[in-house]
Amino acid sequence: MNVTGAEVTFWIVAPLMVLGALGLLFFRKAVYAALSMAFVMVNLAVLYASLNAMFLTFVQIIVYTGAIMMVFLFVLMLVGVDTPDSIVETLRGQRWFAALAGLGLLGLIVFGIGGALAGGPQVGLDDANAARGGNVESLAALIFGRYVFIFELTSALLITAAVGAMVLGQHARVRPKPTQRELARQRMVDYAASGAHPGTLPNSGVIARHNSIATPALLPDGTVSEASVSPALTSRGVILDSPALSRATAEAFAAIEGVKAEEDEE
Amino acid sequence: MSPDNYVYLAAILFTIGTIGVMTRRNALVAFMSVELMLNAANLVMVAFALARGNLDGQVATFFVMVVAAAEVVVGLSIIITIYRTRRSTSVDAASLLKL
Amino acid sequence: MITLETLAPVAATGMFDVAWLMIAVPAVSAAILLLFGSILDRVGHWLAVAAVLFSFSIAVCLFAHQLLVAPEARAVGVVLFDWITIGSWKITVGLLVDQLSILFALLITGVGSLIHIYSVGYMAHDERKRRFFAYLNLFIAAMLILVLADNYLVLFVGWEGVGLASYLLIGFWQHKPSAAAAATKAFVMNRVGDLGMTMAVMSMLALFGSSAFVDVNARAGQLSPFWATTIGLLLLLAACGKSAQVPLQAWLLDAMEGPTPVSALIHAATMVTAGVYLVVRSHAIFEMSTAATTAVVIVGTVTLLVGAWIGTSKDDIKKVLAGSTMSQIGYMMLAAGIGPAGYAFAIFHLLTHGFFKANMFLGAGSVMHAMDDDVDMRHYGALARVLPITSITFGMGYLAIIGFPGWAGYFSKDAIIEAAFEHSTLVGVAALVGAGVTAFYMTRLMLMTFFGEKRWREGVHPHEAPKLMTVPLIILAALSVIAGFAMNFWIQDWLEPAVGNHVVEGSLVPGPIGWATLAIVALGVGLSWWMFGTKPVPEIAPVSSNPFTVAGRNDLFGDAVNDTLVVQPTMVLARGLVANDEAIIDIGADGLGAMFAGLSTQTRRLQTGQVRTYALTMTVGALLVGLVFILSQLG
Repeated sequence: MNVTGAEVTFWIVAPLMVLGALGLLFFRKAVYAALSMAFVMVNLAVLYASLNAMFLTFVQIIVYTGAIMMVFLFVLMLVGVDTPDSIVETLRGQRWFAALAGLGLLGLIVFGIGGALAGGPQVGLDDANAARGGNVESLAALIFGRYVFIFELTSALLITAAVGAMVLGQHARVRPKPTQRELARQRMVDYAASGAHPGTLPNSGVIARHNSIATPALLPDGTVSEASVSPALTSRGVILDSPALSRATAEAFAAIEGVKAEEDEE
Repeated sequence: MSPDNYVYLAAILFTIGTIGVMTRRNALVAFMSVELMLNAANLVMVAFALARGNLDGQVATFFVMVVAAAEVVVGLSIIITIYRTRRSTSVDAASLLKL
Repeated sequence: MITLETLAPVAATGMFDVAWLMIAVPAVSAAILLLFGSILDRVGHWLAVAAVLFSFSIAVCLFAHQLLVAPEARAVGVVLFDWITIGSWKITVGLLVDQLSILFALLITGVGSLIHIYSVGYMAHDERKRRFFAYLNLFIAAMLILVLADNYLVLFVGWEGVGLASYLLIGFWQHKPSAAAAATKAFVMNRVGDLGMTMAVMSMLALFGSSAFVDVNARAGQLSPFWATTIGLLLLLAACGKSAQVPLQAWLLDAMEGPTPVSALIHAATMVTAGVYLVVRSHAIFEMSTAATTAVVIVGTVTLLVGAWIGTSKDDIKKVLAGSTMSQIGYMMLAAGIGPAGYAFAIFHLLTHGFFKANMFLGAGSVMHAMDDDVDMRHYGALARVLPITSITFGMGYLAIIGFPGWAGYFSKDAIIEAAFEHSTLVGVAALVGAGVTAFYMTRLMLMTFFGEKRWREGVHPHEAPKLMTVPLIILAALSVIAGFAMNFWIQDWLEPAVGNHVVEGSLVPGPIGWATLAIVALGVGLSWWMFGTKPVPEIAPVSSNPFTVAGRNDLFGDAVNDTLVVQPTMVLARGLVANDEAIIDIGADGLGAMFAGLSTQTRRLQTGQVRTYALTMTVGALLVGLVFILSQLG
């Protein structure tokens, strides 16, 4: 009997997967459980590779292990990574019944469903893959061909999920939002206390071809108004140096003025 | 190769996932067990895609992964929201759905 | 077995078309008196009197018509309307005005009108007299339905109606607990008889398909002996209830709680005779069963002796008369049970008894009216001089009941005694003895009430009754004298087409039995005179250890017998049923409820609110579904 590479792979990977799953089941610390889960996912990717599903292998690693399990870990960080679950079971007999039900389910799947499905032809995937010149191309033909409607639906689902996550992720306000009136009042109080300017901030300046928010405005005496640009931009040093830009004009103007003054004196 | 072994493996993973849902009190670990169940199903489908010689199994697996991703996103935001109010991720805390 | 001529009534013509008014007018009058309230309090009673007189006039006209036509055309059937039509059963309401029922109608309406007029005077001071007259009219209407019905079901309607009227009238003075109790007792004991009546009617409907008299008489010959006996005994039970015969006799003495006109009309002349009417009307059935007729004879004989016995020991004048009524109806039952030989005599005695007993009851009412409603004869005495009209009319009734030659009772009672002797010597001897005892206690009554020394209470000033009361007394007394002689030679031929009796040659000269009767009567009178006429009457009843006296004073322990045989077992049964209800059924019902509550409490535990429990439940459920699927595929 030929021992194929797929079989060897299977027999190495399968026990590891089961161990990883048992780790998910038995580790008390949530992070260990998450890591075991990631381990199982990676092994699963290996199995997919042995089953001639290359696209899915990488999707499994990138999406499942790389994205989903990482998101799990992020949330674990947020909600408390330190406290281990307690061993004591609060519901009476839950563990025994769960074990029994699980075993029953195992039996059902293996004997009931598996028995019905097993056997049948063992057609490899070489022809299917070669039909369009590669696994990815053949998959694409199916996804955008026969299953395009499902594809569109899943895209809508993804958008909904993202929006839902955003909505759910918002913080709830602890204090009520200050109204316009309150803000104006606060400005007046600050002006009385410390002379802070109660009005709006000055807009950005315009010089030559620049009127972005990095362009400062000039006060009447020619100096730069600090309040017209964002302090963040200032600290980053990206403010347009308008005096430097205007120096050339000022020098040219001064020269013209000087020539004019000389002509006036003669 | 026959998909029998893969079916058995997937069954074992599925069962472990089920038991994990029923047994673990941490909401996140329970959620991970659900993901394990989904992966077991994926494995079966890919195995049979190989056995039957068409790629429909792999397409289905792909879509399952997409849906699982969306589900994880929303599920985890819910868990975080609950955590914000209750300061606990124990599934035993939410026990009002009873007479 | 004697084949009878079928009574074939002729269709109604002319006068008979308005025969139903006889019933309708008193009924409507009763309704008006009851519904219109106190507006009619002052004049209502005259409306009632007018209603009864109207019915009497119609009865007289119908009787006159019947007298004038040939005997074959005398029985007239008047169909009024269809009552029940179910499947093959069609029950119509109709009247049968034949020789028998017209006599009853005349008795009821005639004596009824006299008693109505008497009541105007007797109840003059009662503030509820409007209702009294309404009930009296109701009674007249119901009794007429009873005797004029052409089938047993309509008869039963009248039967129940008179029972109702009797209840209302006995308990008329409802503020008296004894009156209310007596009314209930009468009604309940009548109900036992009604059971027999209903079963008999239903048997007739089942066996004959119809309860009309013509159909029953025609098909009675087809009855099996078992059914003839059964129906006969059931009818006898009904008659015992209504006519206060043994074993259902205990209510009649208590019924004297009602006003005296009620006792006169209902419990002397008419309602209690309904049982005799029933037996005579059902002669076709009774003749098919010797067992039933023997039972009737036995009941009649026993009752006539029991009634007489009770009558000897009572000090209450109305109770003596009630015992006497019981006894006389026993005579009528005896005659009806003898068979065709006795039917006519039963009816004859019924009519004469109606006259003289009503006469004596009204006389007793007059005496009570004079003595401030005292009924104890030991407080009477020497009233003959003070109440002349009353004592003379009462005396006429007295002579009639003891069978003084020429008076009404002489002809009718002697005929019965002779027929009894022909039937059986034992029965004849019993009837003879009964006649003697009757003479004894009636003489005692007369002596204690009207003769002897005054034993009046303080402040009692007896005075004669007003004309409204004395005129009916006089009329009834006249009838007590002449009615027997007038009807003796005529009634048997008159009734023969209706009831099929044998016509017996009568003569004015008494035969050996007649002489024996006279001798016994004289003996009774003499004995009574010796015991009560020669010695002063004690004002308080002397304690007696004589068993006969003790038994008589206690109504032959009839109430005790009823209590032991019927009341106590019923109470035990009722208590047992209550206990059973509480112990078994309540526990069953409550237990069922508790079981469900417990079950739901246990089922509720499935919902712990824990997500993991629900996950477990889902898994187990999925397992079960999978198992079911697989197992169904295997099979």
